[in-house]
Parts: sequence; structure tokens; C-alpha cells
Amino acid sequence: MTVEKHDIVIIGGGSAGIAAAISAYNNGCKDILLLEKDAELGGILLQCIHNGFGLHRFGEELAGPAYAEKWTNMLKDTSVKVKLNTTVIHLHKDKTLTYVNPVEGYVTISAKAIVLALGCRERSRGAIATPGYRPSGVWTAGTAQKYLNMQGYMVGRRIFILGSGDIGLIMARRMVLEGAEVLGVAEIMPYSNGLPRNIKQCLDDFDIPLYLSHTVTDIRGKDRLNGITVSRVDDDLNPISGTEMDFDVDTLLMSVGLIPDTALLTEAGISLHPKTKGAVVDEHMMTDVPGIFSCGNGLHVHDLVDFVSMEGEEAGLAAAKYAAGNLSGSRGVKVSAGEGISYVLPSYISPQDMEETLEIKLRVKKNARDVKLALRQGDKLIKELKKLRVAPSEMEKLKVTKAELKDVTGELSISLEN
Amino acid sequence: MYDIVIIGAGITGSFIAHKLSKRQCKVLVIDKEADVANEASMANSAIVHAGYDPKPGTLKAKLNVIGNRMYPDICNELGVQYVKSSAFVVATDASESRILDTLKTQAADRDIECRDITGDEARELEPNLSAKVIRALEFPTTGIIYPWLVAIALMEEAVLNGVELRLSEEVLSIDRISQESAHKSSPDSCDSASEGYRIHTDKGSYECRYVINAAGVYADDIYGMALGHKPEFSITPKRGEYYVLDEMEHPVVSRVIYPVPGPAGKGVLVVPTIHNNILLGPNSHIADDKEANNNTADALSYVKESVKKTVDNIPFDKVIRCFAGLRPSGDTGDFIIEESKELKGFVNVACIDSPGLASAPAIAEYVTDEVMKEQFDYDRKTTYIHGKPITYMGALSDEDKNRIIADNPDYGEIVCRCCLVSKGEIIDAIRRPVGATTVKAVKKRVGPGLGRCQGGFCEPLVVDILAKELGIDKTEVRYDSKDSIILMEMTKSVNKKEEA
Repeated sequence: MTVEKHDIVIIGGGSAGIAAAISAYNNGCKDILLLEKDAELGGILLQCIHNGFGLHRFGEELAGPAYAEKWTNMLKDTSVKVKLNTTVIHLHKDKTLTYVNPVEGYVTISAKAIVLALGCRERSRGAIATPGYRPSGVWTAGTAQKYLNMQGYMVGRRIFILGSGDIGLIMARRMVLEGAEVLGVAEIMPYSNGLPRNIKQCLDDFDIPLYLSHTVTDIRGKDRLNGITVSRVDDDLNPISGTEMDFDVDTLLMSVGLIPDTALLTEAGISLHPKTKGAVVDEHMMTDVPGIFSCGNGLHVHDLVDFVSMEGEEAGLAAAKYAAGNLSGSRGVKVSAGEGISYVLPSYISPQDMEETLEIKLRVKKNARDVKLALRQGDKLIKELKKLRVAPSEMEKLKVTKAELKDVTGELSISLEN
Repeated sequence: MYDIVIIGAGITGSFIAHKLSKRQCKVLVIDKEADVANEASMANSAIVHAGYDPKPGTLKAKLNVIGNRMYPDICNELGVQYVKSSAFVVATDASESRILDTLKTQAADRDIECRDITGDEARELEPNLSAKVIRALEFPTTGIIYPWLVAIALMEEAVLNGVELRLSEEVLSIDRISQESAHKSSPDSCDSASEGYRIHTDKGSYECRYVINAAGVYADDIYGMALGHKPEFSITPKRGEYYVLDEMEHPVVSRVIYPVPGPAGKGVLVVPTIHNNILLGPNSHIADDKEANNNTADALSYVKESVKKTVDNIPFDKVIRCFAGLRPSGDTGDFIIEESKELKGFVNVACIDSPGLASAPAIAEYVTDEVMKEQFDYDRKTTYIHGKPITYMGALSDEDKNRIIADNPDYGEIVCRCCLVSKGEIIDAIRRPVGATTVKAVKKRVGPGLGRCQGGFCEPLVVDILAKELGIDKTEVRYDSKDSIILMEMTKSVNKKEEA
């Protein structure tokens, strides 16, 4: 059996994958195949009918489907081949992969370069081991969003939300607008995990209370949820007895974190980052399997779709170069997260191979004001960026140029300094 | 009039129904749950124990050993997976080692294969075994199964061969039929054995000659309904809580790891599953009531601490779910499997806690061929229809998959991306003889929702398929019981559009 071979195969037709495909095409690669598991392109954007997408990339505020449409229209002007309803089942180190769809069945193909744009999944109630019964009525915010925005059904009338992730905040507003009552949002951390604008527009404007340093400690209802208990937590995040508050609700939505989808990566032997839970990548978004790239929420979870698209574009460019034989793939120096930083991406930078500029992405561990992000090799300061305020919920970027890194020979580190 | 009514469609009820489906008798199975194997048979350690630990001379000891030997062939015949995973019982000090001596003797007495190895030898086979382990007994005949799949396959075959199954139907009361009234309802049967029972449910009444009470935690209540007074045994639900770890290429252990058994039972285990998940649990705690299968923070932290005693490097960040099950534990400590001394023809199959799952096939045989040997001496059916095992696409070669997809493209449409379940497999689960009618029943048969996203991505799609297949509105689709509503109503905007 001959295996069909493409220059680039992109797995995932959401914001990252579409951007990667267009970017690879615009950078000279004409044999690109994009595989999407759903019946249409756009990924999770299709159920995000609220506004706020595109400000950074297009300078205008769009709803999710409109933002997706802008990209799919751009894709139409390319020769990228798209296969819908197509799920990738296997991915191997040698850059062969097997997909399945209703028309062709199981098909194995290979590629010179593969871009993974796999998106992320939501942490579930099971993953955080919330005690109580296991009735119907507990969903991740995204699942409720799909029922509501894609299918037109309400999952409940009296809602409580655990976790202040952005999808949870947006669903709080959305459920209220559809006539449900949202009794509150509990966040286990002493700060919100959502964007400040979402706290303002989705909770404050609707008088929905946000209980910081609180979590759900009991779920009641044998069949359908009929109540929950919320407790305050101490500094070690353990519930404090005596602080219990009961809420009579029929629905609990979970917005307790997003995790990159990495089942395929494990099979291919791609190393995973302990903090981001996505792949370990270099400055070209290349994983430790040469020729396999990763981007978007499948690499690390972003706050804004614009940045997902832009990262997809970077990965598309790199894949095009690799497919054309113009990317060495030599691994550069390690970049690590220093004091106050939870992760940096990429994990490796090669000052020789990098593009003229590179945006290093990072997240801080805690809210802070009047600080500096400092990039150092040992004690030597290479670059610093002053910030009025930083928050774990907001991804930071530190832009470096090839010239700034030309003398770098050893491990780099970024830390948060006063 | 039925010959036999079985109350309870758990693993024992299903094995008994299957056994009786081969004989020329009219059998009805009633269960209050929306699916077969939905309570204790669903939420347990999913192990076919070898049988070395029950107290000598008990029914548990006898039936566990026989059941363990019966399982591989039965699963093979039903087309259900059975994996002989083997097990270690591990000791971490001298006193625990003495308990191993006892188990070793019991195993020898019961002719159970057993290997006595040192801690280091055990760690060579299970590298994540704790350094504290000084000695282990290996029991190679220990097996792992999906208990609900065994029960479903048994019940499907039983139904194909004439057994009637009524789910979501709750027994409310049981009357004895006197000879007189039995005459009225069944004029042909006027021999002395025509006494029987009338079972009233929330949906109807059924008359039968014999009752098999396999009602799990409710078996004492069911028996009490027929007796009209408090029965001589009572059941105390003992809750066991578990964590489920995500499927991994190399799970932390490849065999079942038991600590030495204690007064509370087998202890907290580390159990691999057929699909490379890991179960951690259970604790044992008396539940407030017979429905209290909730998880509790205390028990979950106890489980977490306990497993660390036997196994290192457990990836707790891979937890995808917690669950709890209720053991129907009796006050004698042993199974109660006998015809009632007060009620002729009323057979209690009660107090089936651990090793109930492992014993279930032997329990069924014991009921039909020993306890009720004379009464159930019906002729064998001359023709018997064998059920068709569920087709799992993942288990087929690419050629076979493609042949099936060419015939029906639904098998090429992946609905559950964690467990890679196709739309075709879900439709099949709904259309089968004991077809799935709920989201949970679909999950039990073919897997969507068992994976790491816990149904986050696939539940809306499964709801859609169920509604279409069952010809009901999506708001009528249930997660499990009739009250486990998923969707409340259509949105205002959609309703308005429709009104316009």
C-alpha cells in the first residue's frame, strides 16, 4: 500500500490550525492538508457567540463565529485542502498519521511537517474530585455553552459556577440573559482566573457575587442536582469548617481550568511540559520530534484567540520552512521560569536559527504591581520589561531580537523582579 | 403467570436470568434502575478475586473459588473481555507477613495457584511497588472485567431467549397468593405447588410461582414486603469510594495490588482496568442510607493516603473521576442464599457483598442446581439463540473497520474523542436487545464519557443521537433515572423564533 505524502498536514481546524495553514501557504508551501474533526471549521469559536475577538489581530471586535469566518474566508483564497468530519487516531514519530472519516474510513498518510493545533479540553468535576453525589446537572461551562449556543437548550434555571475562568464568567452572563438565575461564582484562589473585563462585564454588571477563596464542598441530588455547599478555604486551599453556605441550585457549571489535548502527542513520543501540559517546543514551535510543530491552546492555554491565531501563524511559517528544508531544527539554549514565573514558552531558543524577533510568552504566579520581567543569562541582564500590573490570568509577552541574543551561550531565565 | 420473577438486574440477577433462560420456564426480571447492573454491580473494584481470603467454611469461600474458575469461559462465550491480570497481596512488616502465611495455607487448601515471593522479586515485576513491601503472594488467576458489560451481555442473551425484562420499575409490595386465588388466575394449575406470589410495582402487578430476591442493598426490604414483618437478616450499606485515573500507556501497576486483608475487608487497592485506567479504592464506611452513594472528602483523602502504603509514584494529577458504591453487607458476614424458611418458593440471594462479583456465576448455579434443584427442574430449551457481542471498532483491523464504514459511514464518524467511539457504535448500543435508553447506559456499553473529558465534548452529541433513535425530544433524554433531567427547555430566543 502506498502512503499518500503531503508537505504539511495540519491537525485541527480551529483558530490555530486555520492560521497555521494560511501562514504556511503564504510562506511558499502549496501542498497542505488540514484535518478537522467537526463538520465545519472554526473549532470552539463557533460556540463563542459573545463579542471580543479580533481586537489585536484585526483591530475590530467580533463575535466568535464572525472571527472564524474571517479566517475561513482567507483560507478559501489558498489551495489548502480541507477534510472535515475527520478525526486523527494515530500519530507517529516518523510523521505518519492515521485519520478516519465517514467517506474514506481509516487512512494512513505521511507528511514532511505536521502542525498540531489540537485545542484544549476543560477540567471536569471528576478531575478536581469534588465530593458529593454525581447527579445530572453538573457540567463544564463549555458543555453548557454548546447546549445553549449550538443547540438552543438551557441546562438549568438556577445556576452556580465553580471557577472564575473566562468561559464560566461568560456563561454566567449568557445564562442570565436567557432568563436563568446565577446565584454566584466561587473561586478557590484569592484572585480571579478570568480577564478583568469579563469580571466587570459578566459578573459586576449583573450583580452576580464572586466568592474568592471559596470552593464547592458538597453536591446534593441523587438524580438531578438540587443543591450545593460552598466553603471558604484557608491559605493551603483546604475548606474551613464552619464557613459552609448552602445554595439551592439545579445546575453547577465548572470553569476550573483548561488543559491542552495531548493524547496524540504521547503516542508520538513528544515530550510534555510539566506546567503547560502541552508539548515542549523551541522558538519555532517545534516539538522534540523534528518536523512536528504545536501551537494554540493545544500547546498552552491562551486568554485571547488573537494570540492563538498569531501563534498558529508562527507555527505555519516554521512548518513551511521545515518542509522546504530551510530549518535546521538544532536545539538552542534552555529558557526556564525563574522567580515568580509559572512558565515560559518556548523552552528552547537558538539565537542562530531564530527569526529576527521572537515573543517569549509567560505567565506570572501571582498578581503584582510595579514589577519588571527580566531575561537573564546567569546574572547578566539581557532584556527587561516594566509592568504596572501583572496577573496569572493574563499571558505576558517579552519581545527579544536576534541581535539581543547573539552573545547568548547558556541557559536563559526569566523572573519577576521589583 | 410467570414461573419465576427475579427482583434485581445486577450481576447476580443477570447470571440467574441467563441460567434460567436455557430452561423451559417463564421468567421476568424487574429492576427499579434504568439499566442492568446500575448500582453495586456498576460501582465496585471490577475484580474477579482468586478466592484465597474468605473465611473457611463460608459460602463466600466456596462460591468465589468456583466463580473465578467459571469466568474466563463465560466471558469468552459472551464475547466480553476478561483479562487474567494476576494480583499481589503485599506485606510491609512481620505481622502482615503472618497474614500472608494464612492466605497461603487457605490458597493451598482451595487449590488456588499462589506464588510466594520477596519484596524485591515483586518490585522486579511491579517497579512502582513501595520499597516498604517485604513479601508478596502472587495470585495469577485474579481477573479484571467490566462487570456491567458481563451483566448486560448475560441479560441480552436471556432476553433473546424469552426472559422478560422490566427496567425503571420499582417493586412496592408482594402478596402471597393463596391456593384459592391462584386457581382463579390460573385454572390449569391446581396441584399443591400452585401457591405463589403477586408482585406489585409502580407500573403493574405480576404473578409468579417463585421469587428470586436479588435486590442488592434492598434485599432485606423486599423480603420484608413478602414476609409482612422484619426479616431475620438485615443489610447495612457499606460505602466504598474510588478514584479513577486516566488511561495511560504505562499504568502505574499492571496487576491488582492488595494490602493484607483486615477486619474491614480487602483494604484499599490499586487496580488496573482493561483499558489501562487505574482504580484506587475502596474505603469502607457505613452509609447513612441505601441511596447514599456520595463521595466524601474524608474517604477520598483516606484512599489517597492508603494506596501510598503499597504503591509509589501514583499520578494523582491523572484523576478523571471519583465514584462510590454501596456494598450490600449482611449481618452474618456471609452470603445468604437460600429458600426462605417461612415462605416457600421465595429465594433470597442476599448480602452479596465482596466477593459477590467474583462469585456471581457460581451463585447462579448454586441457586438453580442446588438450592432450587427440584423446583427449577424444567426441561432444557431445544434451541438457544446466542447474543451477538458488541462490535468495538477499536478492536478491529483497519481492513475490517473500512469494510464496516463502507457499509455504514456512521462507523467512521467519531463522537467520543477520548475513547474514540463512533456514531455507529452508539446507535448500535441503543438498538441492541437490552438497548441503552440513557446517556449512562450508552456510556456503559460503548464508552463515550468514560474518558478524560468525562463527556464534556461528547454528551451533547450522545443526547442528540439518543433523542433521534428513541424518537423523543431532547428534553426527554435522561442521564440515568427518570428524574435525572439533562436539558430543561429550549432557550427564549429559539422559542420565540418558533412562535413567530
